[in-house]
Amino acid sequence: MEKEMGRLTRVDGMKPVYILNDSIISSLGFSTAENVAAIEQGAIGIRSVTDPALFPRPMMLSPVDTGRLNAKFDEVLQFLKKSTPPESFTRLEKMFIVSIHDALKEQVVAPGNSRTLLVISTTKGNVDLLEDRYKAIFSHKRLYLWELGRIIQQFFGFSNPPLIISNACISGIVAMMTASRFMQSGAYDHAVVTGGDIASEFVISGFQSFQSLSLTACKPFDLNRTGLSLGEGCGTMVISVHKPGSAGAAIRVTGAATSNDANHISGPSRTGEELSSAINSAIKQADLTAKDISYISAHGTATLFNDEMESKAIELSGLGHVPVNSLKGYWGHTLGAAGIIESAASVAAMKKNMLFRSAGFETPGVPGSINVISNQQQAEVNTVLKTASGFGGCNAAIIYQKD
Amino acid sequence: MDATLRSYIRKIKMDQIITTYCHLHDNRVIVNDRLIFYQENIVKFADLLKSVYKQEQITYPKFYKMDILSKLGFIAAELVLKDNKLEGYLPEDVGVVMSNSSSSLDTDIAHNETIRDRSSYFPSPSVFVYTLPNIVIGEVCIRHKIKGENAFLISETFSSNLLFSYVNELFANGRVKACLCGWVEVMGNTSDAMVALVENTGRDLQASVTGFKPLQFNVDNLNLIMTRN
Repeated sequence: MEKEMGRLTRVDGMKPVYILNDSIISSLGFSTAENVAAIEQGAIGIRSVTDPALFPRPMMLSPVDTGRLNAKFDEVLQFLKKSTPPESFTRLEKMFIVSIHDALKEQVVAPGNSRTLLVISTTKGNVDLLEDRYKAIFSHKRLYLWELGRIIQQFFGFSNPPLIISNACISGIVAMMTASRFMQSGAYDHAVVTGGDIASEFVISGFQSFQSLSLTACKPFDLNRTGLSLGEGCGTMVISVHKPGSAGAAIRVTGAATSNDANHISGPSRTGEELSSAINSAIKQADLTAKDISYISAHGTATLFNDEMESKAIELSGLGHVPVNSLKGYWGHTLGAAGIIESAASVAAMKKNMLFRSAGFETPGVPGSINVISNQQQAEVNTVLKTASGFGGCNAAIIYQKD
Repeated sequence: MDATLRSYIRKIKMDQIITTYCHLHDNRVIVNDRLIFYQENIVKFADLLKSVYKQEQITYPKFYKMDILSKLGFIAAELVLKDNKLEGYLPEDVGVVMSNSSSSLDTDIAHNETIRDRSSYFPSPSVFVYTLPNIVIGEVCIRHKIKGENAFLISETFSSNLLFSYVNELFANGRVKACLCGWVEVMGNTSDAMVALVENTGRDLQASVTGFKPLQFNVDNLNLIMTRN
């Protein structure tokens, strides 16, 4: 049975996709619980960092704590009885491994199962290895994203080769979407979806050259926003076609779509129509309407044009009344991790029935009429829309829904 | 290796066809089994792309600002989509799915050269913007007014299984009505591009005007056109 729905034809008989577990690593902590507790307390992970290896001057950054990362990584090595020396892994590989280990520690799915897929999202992978200081330590091969993927695959013994997505700032959502689609159509039964990026001289210098970095912690959707804050992060979501046994309503991935602005490679659409089209497709696919959405976890980078475009897209999709926030005011823009860690935080918002304040937002400053969350509040959060947009004119939207 | 994906592929329905393809490799360009460009003694790959651009009388000044990966994908898409092949499709019904091995590493190295030395530290936004592999998708979308599904996938070598299964799912669930898909790889002096236009059956007649018999969209045919020289 097929039901016509404009661009999307919903095919009945698709398998449901449930979220079993997740993990967040950011400046705010090393698990979803730590991160969510920090957000609830209003902690901001973006701070002034002075590190000549990253940037010649002090800059605002949301860094993952190196000491704690290394300690956590050593714990993982010990737990899994690995004799590989920790210094043979790059910073990003450590983040991926610690995050995946955290998400898999309750043995929700087995990596070695031939029905398990590993999906990796990253924009720049081990790009720091281009720096002269790493040339003697790591081979050139390590710069390739498939080599990064192979290292993670081998570490955990995934039987299938990883599926690697590198699609700018929408990578994390595309990774979740791709895993869900393959599971809905029966190719795999479980997936470990992970996304991460580090702060590197490479990325910082590039965003700086665009003059898109804020001199203060970024202020998504605020009138006085002046740009984004970069952050380091890594997140993992474990999903399955099998319903979790845990208490509380199960949460499913019920729709997702991407679109392209076809307008400019480094500037967003002027109208927001294309992001709106991805949002509408995702909502239709989930068999919902705009009225059903309880909360929007937006991309909200706090650049002038991104936030303008997003506000227009949200309003265009008839979602102007829906509470919306950007979590980038807490942990900055974590690039390939953003879609995953912000999805994991959305799932936490659903479980807690809690709407987190959009950090950095004080004075409305976007043209589209939207309902930015200025105070943390309890509310029924049954259906979440998560969005992202990025360089290359790409947009993505995904729906998480309580059963 | 990916036995799970292969066994899934064996079970799925295949209703699409490749109506046009382009393979651009070394010093030759093939479109629908025909050699349309060949040049001996090409020193730099960028020069080959420029020669094809001229031969095909393409006029698109933005071409000159692109990095080599985007130029490569742009030219391949141009050759596939010429003669208004997307006429009749809505922009949001057309998708672009690309893949490669090196991501944007070739341009990453170029950007890194601008920041290596602190006494001559000149990162440039016009280089940095190309340090993402999906920018080539953006360039193709801008040129051809494509607004549908897009994704950039990375694999060590060309994976017809991955590309096929990803794009097949888009058609099977009505997410696209036409899709450009392929492999665009640039690293140093080596480069390779294959771009195919996939459509639903029924578009056969229009395509066959050029004498090319559309191929069923499947793994074997993707491998076949990837090795056409």
